[in-house]
Amino acid sequence: MSAQDDRPLLVAEGLSKHYGPHLGCADVSLDIHEGEVVAVVGESGSGKSTLLGLLSTQLLPSAGSVRYRMRDGEERDLFALGEAERRFLLRTDWGFVHQDARLGLRMGVSAGGNVGERLMATGWRHYGRIRAEAEQWLERVEIARDRIDDRPDTFSGGMRQRLQIAKNMVTRPRLIFMDEPTGGLDVSVQARLLDLIRSFVGDYGLAAVIVTHDLAVARLLSHRIVVMRHGRVIETGLTDQVLDDPREPYTQLLVASILQA
Amino acid sequence: MSDAATYNFGYLDEQTKRMIRRALLKAMAIPGYQVPFASREMPMPYGWGTGGVQVTASVLGADDTLKVIDQGADDTTNAVSIRKFFERTAGIATTTHTSEATVIQTRHRIPEAPLREGQILVYQVPIPEPLRFLEPRETETRRLHALEDYGLMQVKLYEDIARHGHIATTYAYPVKVDGRYIMDPSPTPKFDNPKMDMCPAIQLFGAGREKRIYALPPYTKVVSLDFEDHPFERTKFDRGCALCGSEGIYLDEVVTDDRGGRMFVCSDTDFCESQRAAPSEAGHGLHEVPR
Ligand SMILES: Nc1ncnc2c1ncn2[C@@H]1O[C@H](COP(=O)(O)OP(=O)(O)O)[C@@H](O)[C@H]1O
Ligand SMILES: [Mg+2]
Repeated sequence: MSAQDDRPLLVAEGLSKHYGPHLGCADVSLDIHEGEVVAVVGESGSGKSTLLGLLSTQLLPSAGSVRYRMRDGEERDLFALGEAERRFLLRTDWGFVHQDARLGLRMGVSAGGNVGERLMATGWRHYGRIRAEAEQWLERVEIARDRIDDRPDTFSGGMRQRLQIAKNMVTRPRLIFMDEPTGGLDVSVQARLLDLIRSFVGDYGLAAVIVTHDLAVARLLSHRIVVMRHGRVIETGLTDQVLDDPREPYTQLLVASILQA
Repeated sequence: MSDAATYNFGYLDEQTKRMIRRALLKAMAIPGYQVPFASREMPMPYGWGTGGVQVTASVLGADDTLKVIDQGADDTTNAVSIRKFFERTAGIATTTHTSEATVIQTRHRIPEAPLREGQILVYQVPIPEPLRFLEPRETETRRLHALEDYGLMQVKLYEDIARHGHIATTYAYPVKVDGRYIMDPSPTPKFDNPKMDMCPAIQLFGAGREKRIYALPPYTKVVSLDFEDHPFERTKFDRGCALCGSEGIYLDEVVTDDRGGRMFVCSDTDFCESQRAAPSEAGHGLHEVPR
């Protein structure tokens, strides 16, 4: 899609995070290219969410840096951005899909209002056009247009996740962060959501960082995989390679346990 | 008048008035920005305009003439008691005539008669924060203001249209001040919003319980938020005042008997009386209502 620039979109170097005496994650370096999907896997407490929080500047690192290639091509140190610039980036060029939809949606605001929020925040002031755009995105995430005025608290779990995606996609972000996006959903609902995410990544050339403890999700969605343990990256590589031929004993254990399941 | 000696002029001590004036000056320097101030206990309950009273006390001078209205009326309990309060504690002149007043304290309305340079309009404000019900956290709303991050406010209007087919907000209709801060003119009816725009008088807003002051210096641009395809519309009344016949002004519905009889009359009682006193001029200049 955007092959004119093969510099990485995002470059993280030496990221560490301490929560007081507790280690969140330590010395993580990572590149993300345009259109690339990276899965971060590992057991509970291994530092996946901490890493995602650091990459997306929701958390301040104890050490390390994150650089990002902005839409104008300029590479910026994200932790040196002003608050206004950072917020603008977050709601235009980035998306964030939470496991708990209540963190990503305004439950008291209609589906249309949720999807329209980013547009309005970036200056759209024509109700009819905002609504038409919201309808289109609802349709793309397979939510019936006539649900546009319903609030997400009347939606099923799967629909809420799809609404989160629509809400993020209206500004055509280049990078989307997802923390256990399929967590807590029924298997059939999961499958449908994964399908949708996969086609969006393909259709819109999205880059994504997906945190999951589910290796099947990583296998289905990601190009590259990052295995974490005790806050550190212990193995990284192409998804198929790592899952079919894990080098680290811990990764072998992870893969074996999913195969048994 | 002997009471006046019992209190400092205007009830508040000079120290407190200076503190409030500093907040007022800051508010005037940053139109629409909510300035925190150390609100004092007043000898009246919150909800009775303690914020407005403190502001009024801080701007009153011995030569001032004060008018106090509640809704549009000078003769409601609240208006009368505030007027009496300042008669007693400051010994200043009071009036019900908009044109004679130098300071006007109001709870809801902006008088129909145009305000002029040299006048000060003081609003009693219950809830100063326009983003409050969208975002209850004070730290977050302050940040949204600081970053001029106002998408949420527009979402509220979007929801209004989605639900009602039009922007159904009729009171406390949000405005953008001087192209920067979003401000709640609460609890004035949106009918009065256009009067705030480029007003020659000073407009001061005091919220006592919430400890906030904000201001509009004379001739400040005040724009009501809207959508291109759902522009702000001033409330229109399809009739004139049953008493004075004026049109294009804000009407209150009043019950006239116990058999459901009703009529619509001027909410601004002083305006209504002056129109009836000078019937030849009734309605003069009122048809050129700005949007
Ligand atoms: N806010 C916090 N305060 C203290 N410790 C935390 C906090 N958040 C996470 N941790 C700790 O950091 C480590 C990594 O947590 P987390 O990033 O949530 O892992 P994961 O997402 O892989 O389950 C864990 O030991 C966790 O207890
Ligand atoms: Mg986690």
